[in-house]
Amino acid sequence: MKMLFDWVEQRTGVRKLTHEALFENVPGGSRWRYVWGSTLTFGLAVQFITGIFLWMGYSPSAQTAWESVNYIQNEMYGGWLLRGIHHYTAQAMTVLLVLHLMQVLIDGAYKAPREVNFWFGLLLLQLVLALSLTGYLLPWDQKGYWATKVATSILGITPVVGGSLQRIVIGGADYGHHTLTRFFALHAGVLPGAVIALVVGHIYLFRRHGITAKEPKRKPDAAFWPDQVLKDAVACLAVLATVLFLILRQRMFSASGELGAELGAPADPSEPYSAARPDWYFLFLFQLLKLKVFAGSGEIWGAIIIPSLVMLVIFLMPFLGKWKLGHRFNLGFISCVLAGAGLLTYLAVAEDAKNSNYQLAVKSADREAERVKALAHSPMGIPSSGAVTLLRNDALTQGPKLFAKNCASCHRFDGSDGTGQPVKDPQLASDLKGFGSRAWLTGLLDPERISTTNYFGGTKFKDGKMSKFVKKEVAHYTPEQKEQLQKVIAAVSAEAQLKSQLGVDQQEAAMIGEGRTLLRETMKCTDCHQFQVKDQDAFAPDLTGYGSKAWLTRFLTNPGHADFYGDRNDRMPAFGEKQILSSAEIGLLADWLRGEWYDPGDKKSEE
Amino acid sequence: MELKETTQKTDRRDFVKRALAVVIGGIAGLVPAAAGLMVLLDPLRRKAAAGAAIKVTTLEALPKDGVPRKFPVLANRTDAWNKYANVPVGAVYLRRTSEGIVEAFNVVCPHAGCFVDFSAERNGFLCPCHNSSFTVAGKINPGSPSPRDLDALPVELRQDGEVWVVFQNFKTGEKEKVPVA
Repeated sequence: MKMLFDWVEQRTGVRKLTHEALFENVPGGSRWRYVWGSTLTFGLAVQFITGIFLWMGYSPSAQTAWESVNYIQNEMYGGWLLRGIHHYTAQAMTVLLVLHLMQVLIDGAYKAPREVNFWFGLLLLQLVLALSLTGYLLPWDQKGYWATKVATSILGITPVVGGSLQRIVIGGADYGHHTLTRFFALHAGVLPGAVIALVVGHIYLFRRHGITAKEPKRKPDAAFWPDQVLKDAVACLAVLATVLFLILRQRMFSASGELGAELGAPADPSEPYSAARPDWYFLFLFQLLKLKVFAGSGEIWGAIIIPSLVMLVIFLMPFLGKWKLGHRFNLGFISCVLAGAGLLTYLAVAEDAKNSNYQLAVKSADREAERVKALAHSPMGIPSSGAVTLLRNDALTQGPKLFAKNCASCHRFDGSDGTGQPVKDPQLASDLKGFGSRAWLTGLLDPERISTTNYFGGTKFKDGKMSKFVKKEVAHYTPEQKEQLQKVIAAVSAEAQLKSQLGVDQQEAAMIGEGRTLLRETMKCTDCHQFQVKDQDAFAPDLTGYGSKAWLTRFLTNPGHADFYGDRNDRMPAFGEKQILSSAEIGLLADWLRGEWYDPGDKKSEE
Repeated sequence: MELKETTQKTDRRDFVKRALAVVIGGIAGLVPAAAGLMVLLDPLRRKAAAGAAIKVTTLEALPKDGVPRKFPVLANRTDAWNKYANVPVGAVYLRRTSEGIVEAFNVVCPHAGCFVDFSAERNGFLCPCHNSSFTVAGKINPGSPSPRDLDALPVELRQDGEVWVVFQNFKTGEKEKVPVA
């Protein structure tokens, strides 16, 4: 064994190198304040390890980036842990960078002869921030997409070369495949390569000049191994424990809590995203840009000039430190910068906490993230056009938005605009929650309710024929007639074939059959309405297939069609015929009103 | 005497420190590596799609003289996160023997997984990679590197002359026909 070691040693000198590394002199003995550099090296190593494993599952293109990250996060064994470690170690590193910088400044380790090493450190700081920025885009979710757009737009305002620079970085005029391939090459190739080169230089120069001992020395000099190594190891473990806590924290307090790093809904340039914010460590820059002094053409000051000047001062600190009061100035300056950044971050967070629109946007973003995860996991899986189409074609996601935009100026859905928000304007037409269901029709045929705004109250049908019929005749029904009415309601409601009523419709098929006969013969429905047989004289909406997908689609396309309200139509637009909505949108709206969408808890839709 | 004791104490304390440094450092390094390994090994936990009968063609499309013809096999396919309906998942040679029986062979060479060609001149199959050759009935010719005959697949003839094949891939390079699962 010894011979083998000697053989290797003679040819590589590895033992000598290890010895040199471990028995580096630590003047004044080991101290906790020296651990920061080691924790950063540890952080980098963790990022390299986890990054390479993530690389094996990641696919950089507009149709596969989100999809592959979602697959890692939600389908692969231990993927959430791997991605969580990578995500939160990146965040921990920004904190450690600041701590390391502060320790170096306070201890005066930036002064001659260590200027070059100080600059290496500052370059590394910027590289790590660049890694964070590029990594933020790679999952291609709404948050990363919109936040990074802001960052690259800022790049675009750089004088003279800005436009070209922006185009080069994003690989074209707009975000797409090449934005991802370029960001990925930067994130996993160029930047880590530069980091390795600089870290090697940084550690070499650090060893060359030795530790800047904190005076007064409390103990005699000691070797790096084992005392300082032990302290470093404990600090690294503390970093890892913090990272693991961040990964598990939501699950610790709730069984349904998200594990690991969040993943929003897939990027969609056509979907607004008001919850876009940079990651927390860039919030101060984000807030700086909101300051009124930079309004208009002053943006370049907040975005580029001031941050560059601050960086320049920090770069010059080794020279500034030579003056009598230089060291104090440096400490004062960095304290002001940190306090300023801290204050801006606080302001950004406080503003968002008060901003109800932002809070709503965050909630809706969470909802969509949750929804797309369920859709991606469904038996239909993700089509090759990408997960973004899952949400675009999802009635549960699009229905409320379409309703709020097109219907809620008159109609309501459960008293709201469909998305759960109240509407300021007065209600002019019916509340469509449960449209076509037995409960909804029972309300329509209730003398007490038909003239309320939830039904005809806000329309010109308030005192129309239907209303009169309900108030004059139905109101005086005998118990026997009331029973018949129930059957008619069941029969009309069965026409809708609502998912929520499939069971009961099947069970009560006989009763529904009776209802159909009553509707045609005994009740006066067919005096005005058409049902199953063509009727030229009918002028009220067709009851054949009432509330079904086909019926609703045709109705939304043109409510003024002779099968519906004809020229008695009140103010409802012909959404299809006037091309206000596409047929796909009308279909989504109809599906949503009918409660027709993929539900993970629903066995039927898995067939 | 006193000096020796101090040294011993220091030694013992140093040993504990060294052991702790190694253990703590080891844990800190192993956790991220372990998370990565779990994801790396994820494919081992996934099963390949089991063989199922798939409609390939109809008898009409098969020559009566026993010459094999190649057909793609269409099925639903899951590729990591994507799901595709009715896409080619492989191909088969179908052959109608003189007795009117239909035989099916997976086109994959059992040797190293290349796509086997049918050669009309030789009236047999030839693998373009390592020259494994098989008779028109899929039997291996002597001197071929392939360890076994072409992989025959179960065929079902259903009504209206529909030809259904239970499609399945098998491990290559082995004497026995073992399904890829």
